[in-house]
Amino acid sequence: MYVAVKGGERAIENAHAWLAEERRGDPGIAEMSIAQIRAQLALAVNRVMAEGSLYDPDLAALAIKQARGDLIEAVFLIRAYRTTLPRLGSSCPIETAQMAVIRRISATYKDLPGGQVLGPTFDYTHRLLDFKLAAEGEMPPPPAPTAPASCEDVPHVTAMLNRDGMIQTELRGTATPPDLTRTPMELPANRALRLQAITRGDEGFILSMAYSTQRGYGRTHAFVGELRIGTVAVAMEIAELGFAVDIGAIEVTECETVNQFTGSKTEPPQFTRGYGLVFGQTERKAIAMSLVDRALRWRELGEDFVGAPAQDEEFVLMHADNVQATGFLEHIKLPHYVDFQAELELVRRLRAEALATQEAAE
Amino acid sequence: MSEHSLPQTPRQIWMGLLARAPAARLAELCPDLPPHEVLRAPEVGAVMVEGRIGGTGQPFNLGEMTVTRCALRVGSLVGHAYVQGRDKDHARRAAVLDALLQGDQAARYRRQVLDVLQAEETTARATRAAKAAATKVEFFTLVRGDDQ
Repeated sequence: MYVAVKGGERAIENAHAWLAEERRGDPGIAEMSIAQIRAQLALAVNRVMAEGSLYDPDLAALAIKQARGDLIEAVFLIRAYRTTLPRLGSSCPIETAQMAVIRRISATYKDLPGGQVLGPTFDYTHRLLDFKLAAEGEMPPPPAPTAPASCEDVPHVTAMLNRDGMIQTELRGTATPPDLTRTPMELPANRALRLQAITRGDEGFILSMAYSTQRGYGRTHAFVGELRIGTVAVAMEIAELGFAVDIGAIEVTECETVNQFTGSKTEPPQFTRGYGLVFGQTERKAIAMSLVDRALRWRELGEDFVGAPAQDEEFVLMHADNVQATGFLEHIKLPHYVDFQAELELVRRLRAEALATQEAAE
Repeated sequence: MSEHSLPQTPRQIWMGLLARAPAARLAELCPDLPPHEVLRAPEVGAVMVEGRIGGTGQPFNLGEMTVTRCALRVGSLVGHAYVQGRDKDHARRAAVLDALLQGDQAARYRRQVLDVLQAEETTARATRAAKAAATKVEFFTLVRGDDQ
């Protein structure tokens, strides 16, 4: 228990004033603009949008600036802002098969329709610090090379495997998905609810869960069937008009794993799938999401529960949210004076009793 | 198939184009708005974006996006807008244009605004697609042994 304590108003006010000054830092150094953060720290902006669960790059950039670069604090600010917005509706499901891809790779097929497109990736860089970037007045790099492009949709790799019946299919549906921002999450959760929780979950946590499956805690033998990044249109049915229109476009990262599966009591041997879809260019998160999704599907696929953390729905879903986790973790720093007084009394009494017993025994 | 992969009507196409356009560019192309009666003042809200499990399966909630909507009347024509982001002027301007594009001045606004936005969007997309194409891997196989 913690109790309301009065007092400290002036200390709090002064602490906030100092925070504002520290946030700005040395006024002799130019201030960062929202546009600069959005453009030059784009991957931080993407992470805040994904975990804040609100696609708005300007707001995410503002949150990063206000939070002094603490991304979990920035996610918290976005979540808080989000609660002030009226819900205007739900979009039509986005069609990732129609994505304008800037990156698309497959680890399962070398030659595939649409090809292996690397996009603006860190892969194959040497991870050596580039001290040229430390110099002021950097000349903008020249525009990247171009090549003739086809404007056809890039087909999903899993659709190719589907043709031979070698992989489990995902049948198109129209069911209204559960929404954990509207109704508190209840377990067991269906796959749609799990995916919502994972896509907004903490990247570090989801990464570690995925990594644990690779190291043997609930191994799922995943290949990256396909990883794609690009822009998709978002359409919504407009009630006043009676038809759907595009209301915008968002960048997303999608990962589909293809998992070896030797069959179970209920399913024939075939490849199974794990799915990751995350706002922005968020490749690590999307791959991790697809591994964790697959690990959590043990029940529906008739696999054994081997007690691995990544198979444990409650463990994964209830600990993935970094705003919830931070709230509970950090509340223990708030005044607990009364609790602690009670603890103190208890330990004093137990200690006195223990000492008395010891003396009597001697 | 989803609704938006079906062929679109001209109005669906222009509403999408106006929604996706950069707000500042739209303001440049159509700086002056004719008198209009506001039916629903520009309102900022959130739309839940849905994805599909496995890209093709059951819908799930991916996360929200900010959207601003507006409805108004220009003369006897009602214009609507749902546009990404929080820019109220963008929503208002898009709604006015939605009304104007239904009227007898449509051809003029099509030329002045839609054609320009369409061309710029196509160019922007093509540029990114061309940069992506330049990063496509061309595999080559080393010849080992020889058949001759």
